[in-house]
Amino acid sequence: MSSPEPELTPEQLETFGQELDAIRARVVGDLGGRDVDYINRLIRVQRGLEVTGRGLLFLGFLPPAWIGGTAALSLSKILDNMEIGHNIMHGQYDWTGDERLNGKTFEWDTACPGDQWRHSHNYSHHTHTNIVGKDRDIGYGILRMSEDERWRPYYLGNPFYAALLATFFQYGVAMHDVEAEQIAAGESTLDEEKREKLRAVWRKVRGQTLKDYVLFPLLSGPSLPFVLAGNATANLTRNLWAFTIIFCGHFPDGTRQFTEEETENETRGEWYYRQMLGSANLTGGKVFHILAGNLSYQIEHHLFPDLPAHRYGEISDEVREIRERYGIPYNTGPLYKQFGSVVRKIVKLALPPLPGLRGSEPVVDEPARQARPQKLASAKTGTRKLSAAKKGGHEQPAPKVATRKRVAAA
Amino acid sequence: MSTIDVASTQHGGAGRIVRGLLRSPLLAALAYPHGVDRYTELVRPLLLTDGVRAEVTRVHHQTQKSVTLTLRPNENWRGFRAGQFVGVSVEVDGVRLTRPYSPAGCERSADGSLELTVSTHPEGRVSRHLRDHARAGMIVALTQAQGDFVLPEKRPGRVLLISGGSGITPVMAMLRTLCEEGFEGEIGFLNYARSSVTALYDPELRKLARDHKRLRVARGFTRARGPQLSGRFAREHLSAVISDHADAATFICGPPMLIDAVRAIWAEDGLPEPAVETFTPPALRFDTGGAAGRVSFAISGREVANSGLALLEQAEDAGLAPDHGCRMGICNTCSAHKTAGTVRNVISGGLSSAGEEQIRICVSVPVGDVVLDL
Repeated sequence: MSSPEPELTPEQLETFGQELDAIRARVVGDLGGRDVDYINRLIRVQRGLEVTGRGLLFLGFLPPAWIGGTAALSLSKILDNMEIGHNIMHGQYDWTGDERLNGKTFEWDTACPGDQWRHSHNYSHHTHTNIVGKDRDIGYGILRMSEDERWRPYYLGNPFYAALLATFFQYGVAMHDVEAEQIAAGESTLDEEKREKLRAVWRKVRGQTLKDYVLFPLLSGPSLPFVLAGNATANLTRNLWAFTIIFCGHFPDGTRQFTEEETENETRGEWYYRQMLGSANLTGGKVFHILAGNLSYQIEHHLFPDLPAHRYGEISDEVREIRERYGIPYNTGPLYKQFGSVVRKIVKLALPPLPGLRGSEPVVDEPARQARPQKLASAKTGTRKLSAAKKGGHEQPAPKVATRKRVAAA
Repeated sequence: MSTIDVASTQHGGAGRIVRGLLRSPLLAALAYPHGVDRYTELVRPLLLTDGVRAEVTRVHHQTQKSVTLTLRPNENWRGFRAGQFVGVSVEVDGVRLTRPYSPAGCERSADGSLELTVSTHPEGRVSRHLRDHARAGMIVALTQAQGDFVLPEKRPGRVLLISGGSGITPVMAMLRTLCEEGFEGEIGFLNYARSSVTALYDPELRKLARDHKRLRVARGFTRARGPQLSGRFAREHLSAVISDHADAATFICGPPMLIDAVRAIWAEDGLPEPAVETFTPPALRFDTGGAAGRVSFAISGREVANSGLALLEQAEDAGLAPDHGCRMGICNTCSAHKTAGTVRNVISGGLSSAGEEQIRICVSVPVGDVVLDL
């Protein structure tokens, strides 16, 4: 992350931005009944799963009912949070004029109040994506997820904190906008605004807890322990799933992080460029993409956060074609591979930087160095070198990309 | 009388128990955070604790360019007064659009149903959608009735109802209400249509005129020879339906041209302004040449130079997507909070105060710098 000059020329960046704007304009012009029918059908499925799951858990003393009910409720919470809540709250369906699909008022089945999510995620994360020091999604303020963050002995617990965050992910997300870790570190004060946010978190957590851990268990009478366990399992499943998908969005090997200086006075083209470099996709089938809230198309989502997410798959080939033409690597892979590299990063960054591996000229394959622009190369291959050293011979996409780049340039 | 308790006429004791249950705090806590309605509507679209929806129970076409719908609203509907309008929302190509329509039926219908007659306009997405796609069983969303174009509660001795085109619907509601309640005063009903092909409620008006001795109905066709009257509204037409227009409570609904013509005569005679309703947007005139100042959208942090267009359009041009409905100053969907600056209402021409207030941004044009909470 050394050189501040852009990889592409300003003219290239501008036409690059215009090509992406054109995709966006075309999809916006095509929005219609199909999109509304899709999200309404999904809401119907989610509510159906929820009612079925809670109903079955009333018979939770029968093992098949407990398993079925817990599975249905887990799926309900995953759909509610990922493909429905996250996407509606991005304003993806605001154009419908339907107040039930309104991004500004939608509320979801998780501990984080919608309003705070809209700020911490829609604004902070999507505007400042992967800018170290500004995008608090990098490590949620508790993990070290970037080499640009100074190592401290505290980070020896990185894997442990990650496991804790994954387990209680909904509460981690809920405390995100309050910036509790900054208050704890004395970098921020608990002012009136923060107090009001905390009160809102408390109200939301209270509502969620009352429903999942008090009312439904009590109403089930003798099934109380089964309902309690089922609801807790459903929340846990959703937490682990959401954590996994979300951490695969920006932390797999090859995703780029940025400094504040690099991103000053960004043009629209440069913004698109940063979104592309900083995001990674996941491959999988249709159901997988839906359960991932189409965040498996993280790249497309970060380019066009307010387009209905079920459209991302449809435009992904076009986006990929543009990326290849401009020589930008397309970071994608199956979940196990991408998440594996995230786990390695979490473990690796728990340790202090090894002398000779950080800050010095990275060791890379010769073709890659020649073909890849300096800014990208230094950041990416640095990461590559470190993780390769850890795993030993782990295959990276970089050389392939470099070849494509050379072809494009030729 | 302000509202009708439709619920009591329409639903029995069982319905009341279900509604009580649905409104209970326990169910609200179980359905948190989505709310009970977001579950019940998936099974029964009209079963809501909040919000008016109605099922279309009958569809018929009086003319080629109109559709008349009978609606059965849910129990949240509070009824209407003859002359008022409701916002009707339908989904067209995925987009929910709301348009104001005046119920044309008697304000005290026995079964709580509503009758809407929708005239199509070449550009009217909602009216054309309803004409082409409305079927029995279709669900539409409604607002509560709005507007103060209503008969006074203490009925006047003499009523004059003047309408043009689709503007017949609110005065039709007034006429039917008066006839239904056995009004004994004199009623004059003057209606203009383009021709007999577009004339609405013809058989019913004839029947009402036969049944009610003190009602006189006259129709004029502006593009054909009329049965009773010829051409557009003129002073002579008044005497065909009313003995003394100066002494009649007068209600006019129709295109601006008709309203202006009636107003001119009332002014000539030194009479107070008649009650007026128009759903045809007056050609909104924007002074884009002399526009000055800047428009700030405080929440989104955007700022643009005042283009002289309506604030809704300026916001849209700045990339925002404010809620809106009719785009003609009626439905109030676009109402936004202005924190500073003065705006001119393009319909009335009036200037707002300079301070904080809610404004309808679809018909408000900035006069100098304006700050909006958008």
